[in-house]
Formats: sequence, C-alpha cells, structure tokens
Amino acid sequence: MTIQSRKFDTLIIGAGGGGLRAALQLARADAKVAVVSKVFPTRSHTVAAQGGVNAALANVSPDNWHFHMFDTVKGSDYLGDQDAIEYMCRAAPKVVYELEHFGVPFSRRDDGNIYQRAFGGQSQDYGGDQASRTCAAADRTGHAILHSLYQQNIRARTHFFDEYFALDLIKDEDGYILGALTLDIESGEPLLIEAKTTLIATGGAGQLFRTCTNALINTGDGMAMALRAGVPLQDMEFFQFHPTGIAGKGMLITEGVRGEGGYLVNADGERFMERYAPRAKDLASRDIVSRAISVEIREGRGCGPNKDFVYLKVDHIGADVIKKRLPGIRDLAMTFAHVDPVDSPIPVYPTAHYTMGGIPTNRSGQVVVPEMEGPEEPVPGLYAAGECACVSVHGANRLGGNSLLDILVFGRAAANHIIGHLQEHRYHRQMDKTAIEKALARLKRWEKTGSGESVPELRTELRKVMEEHCGVFREQAVLSTGLEKVKLLKERLQGARLKDQSKIFNTARIEALELENLIDIGIATVASALARTESRGAHSRVDYTERDDASWLKHSLYFHDGRLDYKPVRLKPVTVDPFPLKPRVY
Amino acid sequence: MRFLIYRYDPDKDAKPYMQELELETIREDMMLLDALHELKALDESLSFRRSCQEGVCGSDAMNINGRNGLACITPLDVLKEPVTLRPVPGLPVIRDLIVDMTQFYQQYRNVKPYLIVHDPEPEIERKQTPEERDRLDGLYECILCGCCSTSCPSFWWNPDKFLGPAALLQAWRFLADSRDQAEEERLEALEGPYRLFRCHTIMNCVDVCPKGLDPTNAIGKIKQLMIKRSI
Repeated sequence: MTIQSRKFDTLIIGAGGGGLRAALQLARADAKVAVVSKVFPTRSHTVAAQGGVNAALANVSPDNWHFHMFDTVKGSDYLGDQDAIEYMCRAAPKVVYELEHFGVPFSRRDDGNIYQRAFGGQSQDYGGDQASRTCAAADRTGHAILHSLYQQNIRARTHFFDEYFALDLIKDEDGYILGALTLDIESGEPLLIEAKTTLIATGGAGQLFRTCTNALINTGDGMAMALRAGVPLQDMEFFQFHPTGIAGKGMLITEGVRGEGGYLVNADGERFMERYAPRAKDLASRDIVSRAISVEIREGRGCGPNKDFVYLKVDHIGADVIKKRLPGIRDLAMTFAHVDPVDSPIPVYPTAHYTMGGIPTNRSGQVVVPEMEGPEEPVPGLYAAGECACVSVHGANRLGGNSLLDILVFGRAAANHIIGHLQEHRYHRQMDKTAIEKALARLKRWEKTGSGESVPELRTELRKVMEEHCGVFREQAVLSTGLEKVKLLKERLQGARLKDQSKIFNTARIEALELENLIDIGIATVASALARTESRGAHSRVDYTERDDASWLKHSLYFHDGRLDYKPVRLKPVTVDPFPLKPRVY
Repeated sequence: MRFLIYRYDPDKDAKPYMQELELETIREDMMLLDALHELKALDESLSFRRSCQEGVCGSDAMNINGRNGLACITPLDVLKEPVTLRPVPGLPVIRDLIVDMTQFYQQYRNVKPYLIVHDPEPEIERKQTPEERDRLDGLYECILCGCCSTSCPSFWWNPDKFLGPAALLQAWRFLADSRDQAEEERLEALEGPYRLFRCHTIMNCVDVCPKGLDPTNAIGKIKQLMIKRSI
C-alpha cells in the first residue's frame, strides 16, 4: 500500500488556541507549517472558554506579575513548577496585548483599556484583597480569541488540514519524532505528514467523565499518542471539577458570574462559601469551592426535590450587567436550565472540566522524559502545549483564567523554540517505514468484522466508572476497583467491532479510535490517583486528608506499561526567590 | 418519536434517500442532538458533525423540519413529527447530514476576515471606547455554522460569486471596528453586482441565525457606507 505524504517544517496537531498561536508565530517566521485538526479550527474547544485570560495589566486593580505568580503557585497547592509559573506570569501582559493587536474584541473600560474582572484565587499583594486580573470579551473570551487567531492564520497563509485525525506519531529507532500518520476523515485515506518538528496541541480529556463541561472532541488524543510513543503522562491524578456546571447537564457557567458578584446558596438560602473560605468566599480556588458544594449536598443541604444541586444566584447584580457582561451564560441558562439568571438562580453542580496533567514539557514546550542523563531529557523533534501538556503551571489545581493564558504563552514559546531548532536542522531525517506500519495497525485493527461489543456501550461504561470511582472525593478501595474496571474495559475494547466499514466520513471509526485514546488516559488517571496517598489541590483523598509535602511534593509520571515514576517539583523560579510552602487557606 | 432522515453514503448508495427511524423513549428535556446520538447508537452509520453540544462551536447545523438550525440547542418537544432532517441546503453533500463547506469557508476568507492595521503596534493595548466596542456586538459572535448562508436563495444560486450573509457579516465586523485601517480596500473588494449586491433582503439569514445575529442589517450598513463613499 502506498501512502500519500506531505512534508513540512512543522506539524501542529490540534487547532485550538495553543495550536493556532504556535502556528501563527511559525507562519510569521516563514516556517512551512501544517495544522492538522479533526474538526474545522473554530470548532475546537477553546471556543467554549468564557470568563477570560489572566494578565497583570493593572487596568482595574493594582497588580503585577509577581502577585499573579504568587496566586498561581498557591493555587497549584505548590505542585506547580515555579520557574514555569514565573515565565508564564511575566509573559502574560505581552501575550494579551498581542491578542488585542490581532483583533480580539476585548470588552473595554471607560478609559478605553481592556476590561478585567475578578476571578477565583486572585489577590493583590500576596494574599491580600481580591484582584481583577482576568481580561474578558464579555463571557465569550475563548470564542473571541480562537476566531481572531484563526483569522490571523488565514492572513499568514498557514496550511490547514481540516478534518484530519492524527493516528500516531512517527518515531524512528533513534527516538526522533518524524511527524505523524493522519487519517483524512472525508476520504477515509491515510496521509503521512513528515515534519522536522511536531507540536501536540490536542487539548484535554474531559470526555472521560459522564458529566463534563467539555466538547465531545476532548478525548485526549495527543496524550494517548505520546503515551504510545513512550512518553509518560505527568500528574494525571489532578483533574479539575468546575464548581458551576449546569446541574445534571454539565454546561459550563463561568466563574466570571461569581467574579461579577454572583454567589452560591444552599437549600437554607445560606451563602455557604463564607464558612469554607471566610476571606475569598465564592472566589476561593475551584477545588475548594467544588468540595464545598459536594459537602453541602452530602450533608443534606442541597436544593431541589432531590437535594442534588446548589443555586448560583446572580439576579442581584442587575439585568444590565448580566446582559452586558454575561450574555453567553444567560443564553446557556435559559436554553439548558430553563431559567433566566436575570430573575432566577441557576442550579449548578461540580462538573469535570480540566486535565491539569499531561505530556511533560519544559518551558520551551519541548517534551521531556526521564532518561539516563536526568529526569527531563527532551524527546528530539517533539513539542506539546496547552491542556494536553503539563509544564507544569497548574500543579494540583488550575486557577480560572490561567488556561487561556497557558495555551497562548506556551504555544508561542514552543513556536519560538521550534524556529531556533529549524535554523539548526535544515533537513528532514530519513523516514522510518516500520514506524508507519505500526501506526497503520491502529486503522487495520478496526477492519476486523464479526460480532463484538459496540463502541458507544463501552464509552458509556468508561464515563460512568470514572465518575463513580475517580470523582471529587477519592479513596483507596473505590479507586482500586475503578482501576480494575477501566483495565477490564480496555480488554473488552479488543473485542469491540465496527459494523460500519465504510470509508467516507466514517464518524463511527473516529469514535472508536477516540475511545482507544480515552481508555488509556482513564487508566493513567486512576492509577496515578490510587498511588498518591495524600490530598493536594483537586486530588482529595478521604483516607489521606492532609497534604504530605515530605512524601508527595513530586510529580507523578505514568508510563504506558503501567509503571509509575516520580520527579521533583521545580521549586526555584528563574529570577526571583521561591515562594515557600505554606498551608493553603482562602 | 418518529424521524425522517436524509441518508446518503457515496460508498454504497447510488442516490440519497429518506430513512424512517424511531426512538421509543424520549426523555424530558432532550435536545435534537441527544436524539441523534441515540439513533446513532442503534445505527452507527448515521453521520453528522457535532462537538460542543451547547451552541458555540457551530458544528451541527442541519435542516430541521425545513428550517436551518443547530441540533444541540433545538429542544425535541417543539418539533413536529416526523422530525425531518436534511443536510443544510445549497452545499454538496458528503454523507448523510454532513455537507462540504469549502465554498462557505472560501467566501469567508474572501472578505479578509482579520484586523488590518498599518500603524506601528503600541507596546500596550490600542484604546477603544466602550461605545466603539459596542458596535462589534452582534457581529463578532458568529460561529460559522453556515445556517444563514445556506438558507439564502441568493447564495444557493451564486455560491461562488455572492459572498453570502455569514461572510458579509464578518466584512462588516471589521469595517465597524474602530481599530481597523482597511476600509477603502474592504469596500473596494465588495464592489460589483454579485459579491454584496446579490442580497435582496429576503432575510432568511436573520430568521434562522441560532445566535440571534442580523446579517441583513450588517449588509445594509455596508451598502450605506458604500453610498457615502461614492458621493
């Protein structure tokens, strides 16, 4: 079988904000860049980000990058790498100004500057008064950013391969990444994309959980590809549950609602966050608010006939502010919860939202693995950025507004490093035929016919197992059964069959390939969670309720063969003094 | 609930046909997309695009009982039976409810849908007053689902020459942006009998836009600006 192939300097897998920011940087530097995406770029999940992007512009409250850094380190429950966090917070104002120059329609203040709103975990002066650091385009910031980035890429003449699914990375015997084998979804034919450098920017894996805020495309494809290529996944036990998904449905209601003055109430009408976080209240960090809601419900103070949600009250801020600053969530609340927040509270519940863990990288976006020489040796030719990566700036808990920042800062940083790499590496390496065969096997496997379980059945079970066994609160026995169950699902997947063997736009086949990816990510998540016998950030163990810095101030690394390894947290920033470990109170 | 769905797989079907399908149990609060997922679980060959499930990504535009809309934000309980689903009209069908949107995207590209500024970039943000920014409301929110352009008879007849409501909405989005400095070249590019002026204010676009946007109004604003320029 001959496979069509194309050659580029750089292959970018994923066309969300991270991929597009990198592509733009590369295209503007005259690199030949191909962006492969399984959906048309503006359908990527960045489009759903609502509240905004953090940068210490100080347009609203006194601010500087060092306050931002402090909040991020504290928010991460000290698991974030302080060098990467410093880099991100310092770069933040610049990347936001760049966005403005790209055309992002940020909301504005009366003085004509970018509007910034309050968000969770933000403070002035290292834990002092609430800061307003989140730059917003109403509550459609992700949409505004993604579309502007796509538009600028059109201008820069980036090559797009829309609706191509990346099957696997191509890795030669010396460990170099030579590109990826992709599948043209429309024709059903494989296409090899050779590249001197490959950037994975495929986003998170929220589809692991039954109720999530994530799009159906968020199946951790890039993470699973990296895992299969021998790269471990870092800190996968840290999965963020957003406090305010629409109850029972999962659609995201931005933290910006609380930033604009909204607050949570229980069945008694009590503003219960005052008990859990006396100072920051509803704007404590997400892990804390999500746990508080879960506790309220568990202790019988949930709202509604089944006492299974709490209310997010926002009507008191006035119809004008809601319509001006929160039009998108008003639409969502009316469509999916049948309430107009202008006069009624929104029923909400903690909902799976964000993958803190991912492909380990350094500050330049290079994928790093433990090798003989040290814990963080770059994989030649391979980069990752955004939610699929773990730099790690979010550590054990991401702050709201830092995910859009992460994709922009590290998409850009990876591109800059790639530009340097391309100057030194002028030629493509020899293609490795056996590696292509291995990647093709992913397709061949689904050509087996006969009777077998169906993909949707197994997917439904996976999502249920993950929700029941690896949710907000975790414990040994439950995790352990969960791990067995997910492993069993992986075995059962071997026997699954596709009835639809057609070629043209076969979405059933894509869903099968996605489920393979998702199950591997599920195992990585539960296995890492089972091993970590402490509570830190979003990983909350009822059997180990305290943070244990003596034993667990380290990053987990999960390998495809099931092995777990660990590496130290980088506690030393680039230029400033480290923020010392402290108990985390809001 | 009964469904009548347009089916076409070029691998095996000589021509498209309408297939009757039925869902026995309909849960309260179901959206059309939920129903499609259940139908797909029964017959995995049923093909449609989808992603965000909340009306922001623009993947699942289709023709629902004769009217373009997004499956994910269309409640089932308002739909008459049999719920008749077809691909959005006017574009080539790839398979079932999936159309080839190349021409739609090409028209979008043709309006140079990006901010053009000739002045040097400042080190911080460019200023824009809240009033100037307000002019972009109702324009920047477009999700490129294609519901409008594929409901427009002028676009059906001349999809290669008439830009269509979605692209023209974006043309206006940049003309209306106080930061943009390419008014002259943008207006120049819209001259001629087809690109802009094929709009006959039929207003199907306004009627179907799932985000409540008003391309006809935007087109009117462009025409006004052109007249002003020609005087």
